[in-house]
Formats: sequence, structure tokens, C-alpha cells
Amino acid sequence: MSEMNITAALPEVFLAVAGMILLMLGVFRGNGGTRLVLTLTVACFALSFVVIAASMGRHEAAMGGLFIADAFGDFMKLLVLAGSGITLIMAMRYIEREDMARFEYPVLILFATLGMLLMISANDMLALYLGLELQSLSLYVVAAFRRDHLRSSEAGLKYFVLGALSSGMLLYGISMIYGFAGTTSFAGLAAQFSVGAQVPIGLIVGIVFLTAGLAFKISAVPFHMWTPDVYEGAPTPVTAFFATAPKVAAMALVIRVMIGPFGDLVDQWQQIIWFISIASMLLGALAAISQTNIKRLMAYSSIGHIGYALIGLAAGTERGVNGILLYMTIYVVMNLGTFACILCMRQKEVMVERIEDLKGLSKTHPAMALALGIFMFSMAGIPPLVGFFGKFYIFLAAIEAQLYVLAVVGVLSSVIGAYYYLRIVKLMYFDDPIEAFDRPIGREMSVILAATSLIIVLLTVGISPLLDGTAMAAASLFSG
Amino acid sequence: MLEIGLGHYLTVAAILFSLGIFGIFLNRKNVIIILMSIELMLLAVNINLVAFSTHLQDLVGQVFALFVLTVAAAEAAIGLAILVVYFRNRGSISVEDINMMKG
Repeated sequence: MSEMNITAALPEVFLAVAGMILLMLGVFRGNGGTRLVLTLTVACFALSFVVIAASMGRHEAAMGGLFIADAFGDFMKLLVLAGSGITLIMAMRYIEREDMARFEYPVLILFATLGMLLMISANDMLALYLGLELQSLSLYVVAAFRRDHLRSSEAGLKYFVLGALSSGMLLYGISMIYGFAGTTSFAGLAAQFSVGAQVPIGLIVGIVFLTAGLAFKISAVPFHMWTPDVYEGAPTPVTAFFATAPKVAAMALVIRVMIGPFGDLVDQWQQIIWFISIASMLLGALAAISQTNIKRLMAYSSIGHIGYALIGLAAGTERGVNGILLYMTIYVVMNLGTFACILCMRQKEVMVERIEDLKGLSKTHPAMALALGIFMFSMAGIPPLVGFFGKFYIFLAAIEAQLYVLAVVGVLSSVIGAYYYLRIVKLMYFDDPIEAFDRPIGREMSVILAATSLIIVLLTVGISPLLDGTAMAAASLFSG
Repeated sequence: MLEIGLGHYLTVAAILFSLGIFGIFLNRKNVIIILMSIELMLLAVNINLVAFSTHLQDLVGQVFALFVLTVAAAEAAIGLAILVVYFRNRGSISVEDINMMKG
């Protein structure tokens, strides 16, 4: 336990060092070096991705037991790195065009990503807290990154206040858990509990506060208030980033905390997860209907998707976790593609964000309309697209765990949710165009759009390789 | 003479923590007060951690409290920085004025 075993944390150490070097590089090159720093950051992500992918299947602790590297963590880290890297590439032209090309942007994204990797690998409440804060503090700044715009700074301020509140609650929960269990280590906590044993009430209070703090980070109802405002106000590439990597990392953290140290207390937390899952699904489906801003719509859509993913956690089984991993993977791909489309929504050099602006897209940009159509059908969960399989495996896990209410509400809310996804398809294909979006959309955008829609289609044809990966990751969480 | 035990410390911490939460939600005037409330919450947690640490004769709680102090300082710095940026754009730091986006 006491050994350092630094090699297990090699990608994290590398990213931390790279972040500091890039910061220095940025200082010496000035804002003219933004593109260089951004490219190098993406390269660092790619390198970490390769290192982690090559060591898949390991299971070892490091840093005296504060850090754990296992297949579950590695799988989530790959998702986070892919999400961060691709959203950074998408941001490149935007930040140059919109006059926010400052070298701090890629560096902050890098530190946020480092925080995410650390929290995914956390094996102790202390590591959890520090990883989470490194991520959150960087995210507050990038939300307010467009500092001459009121909306962006307001988004940053709202995100900061509510995020700090949630960190406070999380921390209070941790202090109660520490006091009543006598340890902060996940392994130590897991060893203390057994199924059906009497648990001190202080510990339950701690778990409730901890869950509330974590629910903030995954923007689950009733702690979702910040999401629509922050999604709308933050610069679009930042929103794309928020919708992918931090969601995956926070979800990984929730799974690890609930299944790991508190796995035997499933009776205590199941009702909480059950409630926030149902509330998130319903709110995601209903509140999105009346939205006119596409970024706000995506915010409610992500709240809904988190609700579906939480069904798998409420099941508390290996199959449930498997379903979440599958769902989050598909979610990231769909969101990357959709936000690539949203970033292409420019008319006469100005970004537009209204859903009406998509009218007649099939006539002006047929390829983009096709890609966005695929994402929307997939998000709605319409077979044969892969979004359907994501929901299918989650609902299957819920039914096996006899959570019939969750499965029924899930199906109902995905039917309601289909309305607003299909409305976008209707606008694109059956309405007349008002004004076309600017061309060209940029080579990297075309590549990202083509790649993400291709992944969705390919996964539809053969989902088994992905299922093998998620099964291995889920198994590693339950074996340890 | 009243013996001050763990329960007293926990009560004080719980009261301070609740004050912090109420400070965030009930205050309609000034964002700086929100920042102070956040600080109050984190310090209440620190009292909790240190009290538990001495009670359990375990150093982890005190180490944790030191880390929390450090993070709280960073958080205050970032909060104030964002607030300055916001003030430059809006010309006000009243909570009621943070209403550009609704829904």
C-alpha cells in the first residue's frame, strides 16, 4: 500500500508536466503561439490516449493507495481524452475567429482533463476531492473565457457559485463519512460495510450529501439548474467540451463511489439514484420541448441522457454498469457530432443558435443535414441506430434488477423526447431554407462530422467490439 | 464545568454550514456575500474534519483540512476573478441583475 508505483499514473504525471511546460511556452510565445500550444495539447492527449489504450486491462494501485488504475478507469479515461481532444480541435478556428485566441485556453482544458483523469482513478476521498476541484476550477474559468461578453461571464459566475456550493456539500458529506467510518480510503470503507448491516445515521447523512454534490457535477435533477444557463452562455466549443468529457468523468466518479466503497449499502442509496434518475429523464424530456436555443436544448437533452444512464446505476449490477459505459460512449460520440454541427451554424460571419436557423438545411448543406439527422435519430433512440442499443441495454439491466417503474418511465420519456429530436429533423428536411449557413465549414469540422456519423453507423452494424470493452471495464469494477 | 466534546464541535460546524447555504440562497444583494458564504461552508467542513481527527486519533482528517484550505484559497481567487470580469461587463454585482439567461 505504501509504495509509490508511479508508472501506474504515468499518463497523469505526463499530462501534469506537459501542462506546466505548455504554460511556459505560452508565456514566452504570447498569444501568437495559441495554435502551437493547442496543437501540442492535442498531441499530449493523443499520446496519453495511446499509452492508456496500450495498458488496458491492468489493475494496480499507486501513490500509497490513493490512486487506482483499472480497466474501468482506463475505459473512461479513453472517452475523456477523446472528448477533450476532439472538442479542442473543434475550438481552434472558433477561438481565432471570435477573438478569444489566448494560449491559456488549451492549457486550461489540459488541466481540466488532468483533473478528470485523477478523479476517475481516485481511490480515496482526498484524491476524489482534489481531482474534482482541479477539474471544476479549470472549468469555471473556461466558461467565462470570453471575458468581453456578458453572457459568457454570467455563465462563468453562475457555474462558479453553484459549483462551489456543490463542492461544499460534497465536502461536508466526506467529512461525515470520515467521522463515522474512521477512514477516507475506498478500500477501507468497502471493508467496513456488509450487506444488511446496521449503518450509523451520520454515515447515511454523509452519503446523501456526497450524492448531492456528485449529482451537481453530472447535472442530474434536482441539481441541474446551472446546466441550461451555462450551456447557453459559455462559448460554443466550451459547451461542446462541457457536454462530453466532464460528464463522462463525473459519471465515472459516481459509479466508482457508489459501487466501490458503498457497494454493500445499495439499499441505502438506491432510492436516491432511483429518484434523481426518474426526475432527470422527465425533466430532460419535458423542459426541452419549449426551447428555441439549440444549446439550451442540448443542455436539457444531456440532463435526460444522464437520467437514462443513472438507471443502470440504480440497478447496481455489473450489467447495469456495463449499460452505463456503453451509453456514455454513444452519448459522447453523438454529442461531439451534434456540437460540430452547432459550431458550423454561422450566417454572414456570425454564430447563430436558434433552432429555426436549421430550417431547410437539407437543401443548403445536404451532408451536414444527413449527419445531424443521424445524430438526432440516434439520440431519440430509434432503431436501428446505435442510440437505441444504448437505451436497450440500460432498460434490460433495470428489468433484470426488477426496477420496472424506472424502465417504464424511461421508455415513456424517450418517446416524449423523440418529439424534439424529430422536430429538428423535420425542420431540416421539410421546411424551406431562410438563409444558408456560411461555407466552407472547415476541413477539421468535415472530418469530425464524417467520423462521428460513421462511428454511429458502424456501431449500428457491429456493436460487439464495444460491448467487449465495456464488459471488461465493468467486470474490473466488481472483481476488485 | 461544561466538557466540550465532539458533539459540540459538530453542532457548531453544522450551524455554520447551514448559515453558509442560507447565505447563498437568501441573499439578494451582493455576489461578494455569496463568496463569503462559500468560504463559511468550507471552514465549517474544516471544523468537522479537525474535530473528527482528534476524536479518532487519526491524522488523515487534519491533512484533509490543510488541502481544503488550499483549495478554498484557489477557489476564492477564481471566484473573485470571474466576478471582476462580470462586473466589467455588467457594471453591477447585484444578485438580482444576474438575469441575462432564463428558462
